Amino acid sequence: MFMFEKAVVGSRRYWAWVFALLCVIGAGFVSYLYQLNVGLGVTGLSRDITWGFYIAQFTFFVGVAASAVMVVLPYYLHDYKAFGKLTILGEFLAISAVTMCMLFIFVDMGQPTRVLNVLLHPTPNSMMFWDMVSLSGYLFLNALISLVALSAERKAVAPPKWIKPFILLSIPWAVSIHTVTAFLYNGLPGRSFWLTAILAPRFLASAFAAGPALLILLCMIVRKVSSFDPGDEAIRKLSIIVTYAMLVNVFFVLMEVFTVFYSGIPEHVHHFQFLFAGLHGEAYLVPWMWTSMALAAVSIVLLVVPTFRNNLKILPVTCVMVFVSLWIDKGLGLIIGGFTPTPLGEVTRYTPTLPELLIVAAIWAIGFLMITVFYKIALAIREAMGYEIAH
Amino acid sequence: MSTDRRTFLGVAGLGALAIAGKASVDALASGPEAGKPKAGTRWAMVIDPLKCLKEEGCKACADACHKVHNVPLMANKKHEVKWIWKEPYERAFAAESEYTQEALKEKPVLVFCNHCANPPCVRVCPTQATWKREDGVVMMDWHRCIGCRYCVAACPYGSRSFNWVDPRPSLAEISPEYPTRTKGVVEKCTLCEERLAEGKLPACVEACEEKAILFGDLHDEASPVRARLRESFTIRRKPELGTEPEIYYVVGGKPDVHV
Amino acid sequence: MREKPWILIGLLVFLFLVTFPVWWNLAAGEKAAAPKPELPTDEKECVAPADYMRVAHMDLLMTWRDQYVRQGDRTFTGPGQRTFTRSLTKTCMKCHTSKEKFCDACHNYAAVKPYCWDCHVAPKESRG
Repeated sequence: MFMFEKAVVGSRRYWAWVFALLCVIGAGFVSYLYQLNVGLGVTGLSRDITWGFYIAQFTFFVGVAASAVMVVLPYYLHDYKAFGKLTILGEFLAISAVTMCMLFIFVDMGQPTRVLNVLLHPTPNSMMFWDMVSLSGYLFLNALISLVALSAERKAVAPPKWIKPFILLSIPWAVSIHTVTAFLYNGLPGRSFWLTAILAPRFLASAFAAGPALLILLCMIVRKVSSFDPGDEAIRKLSIIVTYAMLVNVFFVLMEVFTVFYSGIPEHVHHFQFLFAGLHGEAYLVPWMWTSMALAAVSIVLLVVPTFRNNLKILPVTCVMVFVSLWIDKGLGLIIGGFTPTPLGEVTRYTPTLPELLIVAAIWAIGFLMITVFYKIALAIREAMGYEIAH
Repeated sequence: MSTDRRTFLGVAGLGALAIAGKASVDALASGPEAGKPKAGTRWAMVIDPLKCLKEEGCKACADACHKVHNVPLMANKKHEVKWIWKEPYERAFAAESEYTQEALKEKPVLVFCNHCANPPCVRVCPTQATWKREDGVVMMDWHRCIGCRYCVAACPYGSRSFNWVDPRPSLAEISPEYPTRTKGVVEKCTLCEERLAEGKLPACVEACEEKAILFGDLHDEASPVRARLRESFTIRRKPELGTEPEIYYVVGGKPDVHV
Repeated sequence: MREKPWILIGLLVFLFLVTFPVWWNLAAGEKAAAPKPELPTDEKECVAPADYMRVAHMDLLMTWRDQYVRQGDRTFTGPGQRTFTRSLTKTCMKCHTSKEKFCDACHNYAAVKPYCWDCHVAPKESRG
């Protein structure tokens, strides 16, 4: 039923890639056992900065997962045929990204064996409860939709009509998963960096830039390693989505900067000061943040100018810049900046440790492995069916 | 056996109603039980920072609390666990100003969990491992805590500590009557609820020789806290956040302390 | 097929390995001794009948834990209307004064490792 047999037939290059991923996963797994044994003290986290790399990666990849909607929406609501071949790739990306999110949360738990307490003692006033509900629901939706769609493709028939409501549901649900993730942060009265209404819109804007950028890169890789071609039109359309999303995201960031600096409230200003100029002798994130800004600026130029955007040799570089810029912003700046300075005004340093990085690398590798296996299956089926997709 | 759709839905609906009905009856049926914390009480503390400053470097309250509750002394400052400690005045009240520098800068103020009436930590806990009791104590259930540290992120006062590693090796002496905690759970001051249940005062209150910490019931007009609140101006930490802390700090008077 | 003898040999090796614990112990002739937890000398009655406790002490402790911590309900009425505090350390271990000689006796036999002792402080064992 899951057509996994398609994933175990492959070239030497394919198996070398899979083997490399498995090695990384193995190393991270051993590292996690070490963390289970000793405690989260093996990470660089501390009393002042209690969330770090794990939660930052979770936040970033919820965005990537939500971005599948940027492909699903135009195709299913507006009949944009060029995305027809892409929707399944977007859904597979969503499944892999959501799985990564759940793994990042799991490895961050102090008592992971008790994680089912969230289900045994449901707490509707906690945003973490709703985060779990929405992520699980989104995972289920995308798994169901991609399974049904791919099975239908394999049989050269249109997908059954009953799947349509699920597909339509996945559109607002995608928006909701990242909104709920933002709510985790922006309802906390004591963390002024996060206490802003624009956090959820910012999250969505950066997600809709980073996700499609990654999808463009994946399409280009797929083109290179297989005979499947999503089509130039689809890729160009995705790049337009990335452009608008990046512009909106930067606009939102500038809105934040104005509010914070014009009002001048020290508690709010200090977080931005720490990130972009350094505070109380700690400036270790300053180079990262300005790199993120520079990459964003350059990538916007390369996106807005059609000559550069439509040049399919420049576009992948632009996409990498967008992805890295947003990863730094959401992956490093958001979490560490939120905790620094502390509610008591202290500034301390957070440096991820080797065990922590190995675990993060392993979860990335699991995501990549899932994408690899899923895409292999989809491509094998399409190759066999001659790339005709019945609608 | 064949049954038509209408019958099936009808039976299923009745079944669901029966199951839901039992659950709601159970929920409504549970009433107050004997031995529970007194409803109608609201425990609070009033701290007099000037009395606290009389003896330089005194930490009798913190020592008593941490000893009775097996709070470890961690070698690595990043993994620090503390329930009650002294914070420089400027940081406790976010009151930076060059003009307070001579008089009060660096003067320590006692801080710990404020047992807020509207606690953000309780709002965010996904497993109800922390909750607000009827008598005002913001309690911890260390059996339920999954160690997600959402409450640590939510607390506007930095009152909560996480056990990054097993605390036992860092405990010089273990008080046998109170448990330790294990790695992977969050802990904080619980207003000595186990002592309150036996009619005793919190350990910090008892340990303070200067009687800088007053403890009592805000709903009792004759309590020491109400009396002190009538006497002096008091402030609470970050009142603008709406958390309604129950720890008051007396303001005023000239500090007759020596640097 | 040529592999038939190898498959049969493989199956026999597997059966040998999987039944190893059973026939090794039978051949050794000794039986594992039933656990002998040391009972308190001064008290004859526990907070509940002994055969109930043998079967359900875990349930009792879990119920006590929620009632004490979450409901603040500290007093338990046992047989003969005797009252106890719902507490492992303050009640159970006051009579069963040695974790090693009482609790561990059966737990070690059954290979059970309850995590109570990660937090709750076991009474000091008297050596000698």
